[in-house]
Amino acid sequence: MREFAYQCPDSIEGAVRLMQEPEARPLAGGTDLIPQMREGRRTVGLVIDLKRVPDLTAIEELPDGGLSIGAAASATAIARHPRVCSDYPAIAHSVRLIGSIQVQSRASLGGNISNAAPSADGVPALICYRARARIAGPGGTREVDLESLFAGPGRTTLQAGEILTTVVLPSPHPRSAAHYLRFTPRREMDIAVAGSGTWISLDEQGRISDARIALASVGPTPLRAETAEKKLIGEAPGGALLEDAGRLAAADARPISDTRGSADYRRTLVSVLTARALAACCKSLGVEVEAP
Amino acid sequence: MKKLIQCTVNGEEHDVLADPRDTLLDLLRDRLGLTGTKEGCSNGNCGTCTVLVDGLPVNACLMLAVEAPGHEIVTIEGLSEGSALDPIQQALVEHGGTQCGFCTPGIVMSAKALLDANPRPTEAEIRHAIAGNLCRCTGYDKIVTAIAAVAAATEGE
Repeated sequence: MREFAYQCPDSIEGAVRLMQEPEARPLAGGTDLIPQMREGRRTVGLVIDLKRVPDLTAIEELPDGGLSIGAAASATAIARHPRVCSDYPAIAHSVRLIGSIQVQSRASLGGNISNAAPSADGVPALICYRARARIAGPGGTREVDLESLFAGPGRTTLQAGEILTTVVLPSPHPRSAAHYLRFTPRREMDIAVAGSGTWISLDEQGRISDARIALASVGPTPLRAETAEKKLIGEAPGGALLEDAGRLAAADARPISDTRGSADYRRTLVSVLTARALAACCKSLGVEVEAP
Repeated sequence: MKKLIQCTVNGEEHDVLADPRDTLLDLLRDRLGLTGTKEGCSNGNCGTCTVLVDGLPVNACLMLAVEAPGHEIVTIEGLSEGSALDPIQQALVEHGGTQCGFCTPGIVMSAKALLDANPRPTEAEIRHAIAGNLCRCTGYDKIVTAIAAVAAATEGE
C-alpha cells in the first residue's frame, strides 16, 4: 500500500478542514476504501477517520418524528436500531444484504451511498423513504434529496472537500410500507444483478395514494421508475396492476449487458422483482395480492 | 510514519508501533505474534481473518491497526484457556468439522459471535452466520453440525 497519513478528528468542522488537504479521503467502515488503496485503485494521501465524530455515528430521533442516521453508522448498528426496525424496516432489511456479517459490522450507510455503485443495496430503500442527504463542506452545510447525489458509477455530486454527514429520514407516512428485493445467483456474498425497492401508501378507500420505485444495478445510478409509479397512483392494489407496474419499471430501467447479466435478463428481473416487492408492501398493509 | 497506539487484545493492553498502512491483521500477526488469525484473500471476501471487535465479527484485513484504540479485540487465542478448548473448538474436533484447518479460526470466531448473541440459532441462522467464511475444502455440513451441537448442549442451562 502507498504511504498515507491518518487523522481522526472529533468534530465535523475538523473533518471538513482536513478534507481540504490534497488527496484526502474520508474513512468510515473502510470495507471499500481499504481494498481500493491496497490494490492501488485509489490514491489517498490523507485518511480521515470519521468514526470518532459522535454526530457521524449517531442514530437520532428528529423533532418532526423522522430519524437521522450518521453517515458513518455501521450497517449492524442501523439494522439493530429499534426505530429503524419499527418505522423503516426496508432499510434494516437492505443493510443486512451488504457483504457478509463481518462486513456489516464495519460498513457504513454513508459509504454505501458515497461509493455510488449502481448496485448499492442500501440505497433503493432510502430513496423510497424520501431520504435527504446532509452535506458539510468548506462553505457550510447543505441538504439535498438523496437520489440527487448520484452522478454515475462511482461518481457523486459531492463537491471537492465535502463530506456526506447525515441521512435524514422524514417521519413515516401512517398507512405506508416499503420493501427491497434483489436478485443474486448466490444467496449470500454477492452483488445484485438487479434490485427493486418499492414504497406505497394507501388512502382511506384502500387505493394507492402515492408510490415510489427505486431500481438498483440497471442504470449508471440508482434509478426511479417513474412511469411505473404513476401507473399505481389512484388504483386499488391487485395482481394485474402490480404486474403492469413491473413491466413499466422494466421499461424505465436502463440496464447494460455485462458479466453478471444481459440487459434483457435484467429487465425481466426488474419486472418480477418490482411486482413482488409491491406485493410485499401490500401484505405489510394487510392486503393480500398475488405476485408473479 | 509509525505511531504508538494502545490496543486491548484478548483482555491484555498493548502499546505497539503501527504504520497507518498496517491492517489490524498485520498488527495481530506481525507485531503481537498472534498467528492464529489467518490471512486469506486480504480483501474481505474469505473471512479467515475474522476476529471480534467489541463482540462483533470483523475481517481484520478490512480494519486499520490505527483504528483499534478504544476497542476490545478478541482473537482465536483468546477463546481457549491453555489447552482447554472453547466448546465451539471442541465440537469442531468431535464432529470432524476442520478439514485442512485454515478457515477454522475464522469459522470459530463467527460461530462465537453468533452463539453469544443467539444461543439457540436455527440451521438457517447458522449457515447465514458463517456465509462470510469460505471453506475451500467445502465441508460445511460438519461445521454446521458442530455449531448446532454447541447450541444443543447449552439447552436447559
